[in-house]
Amino acid sequence: MSNVSDLNMGAIAGQIDSEPRGPRPRRRFSRANIFIYGTLLLVSVYYLLPLYVMIVTSLKGMPEIRMGNVFGPPMEITFEPWVKAWAEACTGINCDGLSRGFWNSVQILVPSVLLSIVIASVNGYALSNWKFRGSELFFTILIIGAFIPYQTMLYPIVIMLREIGLMGDLGGLVLVHTVFGMPILTLLFRNYFASIPEELFKAARVDGAGFWGIYFQIMLPMALPILVVAVILQVTGIWNDFLFGVIYTKPETYPMTVQLNNIVNSVQGVKEYNVNMAATLLTGLVPLAIYFVSGKLFVRGIAAGAVKG
Amino acid sequence: MTDTMTNPRQTTEHSVEIRNLDLSFGAVKVLRDLNLDIRDGEFLVLLGSSGCGKSTLLNCIAGLLEVTDGQIFIKGKNVTWAEPSARGIGMVFQSYALYPQMTVEGNLSFGLKNARVPRDEIKSRIKRAADILQIEPLLKRKPGALSGGQRQRVAIGRAMVRDVDVFLFDEPLSNLDAKLRADLRVELKRLHERLDNTMIYVTHDQIEAMTLADRIAIMKGGAIMQLGTPAEIYNRPQNLYVADFIGSPSMNFLRGTYRDGAVHGADMMVPMDGYAWAGDWPEGREVIFGIRPEHIVTGDRLPSVPVKTEARIDLVEPMGSDTLVYAQMDGRDVNIRMEGTAEVRPGDTVPVGFNPARASLFDPETEKRL
Repeated sequence: MSNVSDLNMGAIAGQIDSEPRGPRPRRRFSRANIFIYGTLLLVSVYYLLPLYVMIVTSLKGMPEIRMGNVFGPPMEITFEPWVKAWAEACTGINCDGLSRGFWNSVQILVPSVLLSIVIASVNGYALSNWKFRGSELFFTILIIGAFIPYQTMLYPIVIMLREIGLMGDLGGLVLVHTVFGMPILTLLFRNYFASIPEELFKAARVDGAGFWGIYFQIMLPMALPILVVAVILQVTGIWNDFLFGVIYTKPETYPMTVQLNNIVNSVQGVKEYNVNMAATLLTGLVPLAIYFVSGKLFVRGIAAGAVKG
Repeated sequence: MTDTMTNPRQTTEHSVEIRNLDLSFGAVKVLRDLNLDIRDGEFLVLLGSSGCGKSTLLNCIAGLLEVTDGQIFIKGKNVTWAEPSARGIGMVFQSYALYPQMTVEGNLSFGLKNARVPRDEIKSRIKRAADILQIEPLLKRKPGALSGGQRQRVAIGRAMVRDVDVFLFDEPLSNLDAKLRADLRVELKRLHERLDNTMIYVTHDQIEAMTLADRIAIMKGGAIMQLGTPAEIYNRPQNLYVADFIGSPSMNFLRGTYRDGAVHGADMMVPMDGYAWAGDWPEGREVIFGIRPEHIVTGDRLPSVPVKTEARIDLVEPMGSDTLVYAQMDGRDVNIRMEGTAEVRPGDTVPVGFNPARASLFDPETEKRL
């Protein structure tokens, strides 16, 4: 080795500094970098601009909005529209703002998310570790359920809910959300549990743990990443749901999204753009908060739940 | 199943008995009519290449796979339908299979808690196992913070604390690097001598099999090809498959015809004096003549063997302790293991010899030993 470098040094004397050595230098402003960051910047602006307009508008008073300067920052910041959207805006005969819808949504969300995840995780665990005769068929049927358009099932569900006396009740909506969450959540949990080494399951069986013992003591503690994914999927899905909410509840129990629609789309009186913007932002806060809180865990879980065997 | 009723087997000297075991996955027969008796305190190694059914057999014994037909007895008790935890077995897996969210102590105590063993008893059993395996300083750690060798020790400990009659090992050393594997192999042997349990050990590594086993069962295609002590397997392989499988490099095979007490090859005649025949003489028939690379001798050991011939050297592989030579003998390629000090070069023709008593003869049709 030393011979070779001696030779080189002799041959190209004076170029020693440019001899490749150590990490290869990279130009900061290469064409590739400009292209990548340029694209990212452009797309970010494209997506963030509407949000900016919404926030700015929600902080302006109506006179300022009428001046028509959509992109300008508020000259006089006011939180009046937010207060009105939350507590005073009228939908139908109720004039207590979005707060009613918010609490309705919470009452729908919490039991639906819990129930669907509990059932789906047990489903996924059983389908990946305790295969029984016909378990693959059962799983296929469940998955097909994810591909049937919801609209075709709306009316049959109305009849079913009416028959069991849950039509218009929050419990009925919870049931609907739980059932419709089942295919995708079961798939998610099944694939995650299938990725856990089978030997772990075998070791637990030799150690005398049964179906529930293995589920609670071995599998569930390892399932945190996928639980986070499931929570996010369900919270955003159920919180943002409009169709089921508007059909299976009545005005007193409307979820937040339905109430938002009723505020924004009301045809009487003045269009209060600032209140509408504030109301929309308020409604979007819950899913947004969930994404921010979960962060890295969400990415890990998405990668772990990728479709396998 | 009716056999159990009409013919209850009472055995005491056998720890594990397998009777006419069949296992199929759909149309694929993985194990076929398998019979195996394992003595109390015996170290039995199931050896074979991948897909031979050795791990499947172990899983059947553990109760992790349901058998298609046949019976399994452990300590004289029919456990064919018993749960894995009720069979009196402990199992160690290739990937360790430690519960990642529990500490080492939690891993060791998990099975005992499930069996509702009293707390003091759990403590003392963990202490004993940790003592023997030297994992006491690790008890509060989680598996993620352990090295491969430590993890496998913990896994062995988890089987030990269960205080079982039979230990099952499913390629426990295959995930470790070469040095650690050799160390743990010795430790396992010590452990067996100390505990005196029955151990059934699955591996594809013949060195592990030869060094650890009291008896080796060589498997192929879901059946046992030969069951015997390492010496028997090495010296008197019962068929061509076993002869070829055991030994590295593997046995050299030459072809010839047996006539008048000798095998006649292409340009070589080998009188079979001193050969221990397994059956009748194959007078006038074709035979396969097998001789191991280490049983072909050269140099000053030549005068001690009765058959002498010549070999032309093609390639030399010095390995330090000995030298592996690829050569032509009787018109066929053979391997010869020479001493590390042998000075030979490709192209040389050297005098070689062997003792036919150390050779193996096989029938080319049935592939059985003659």
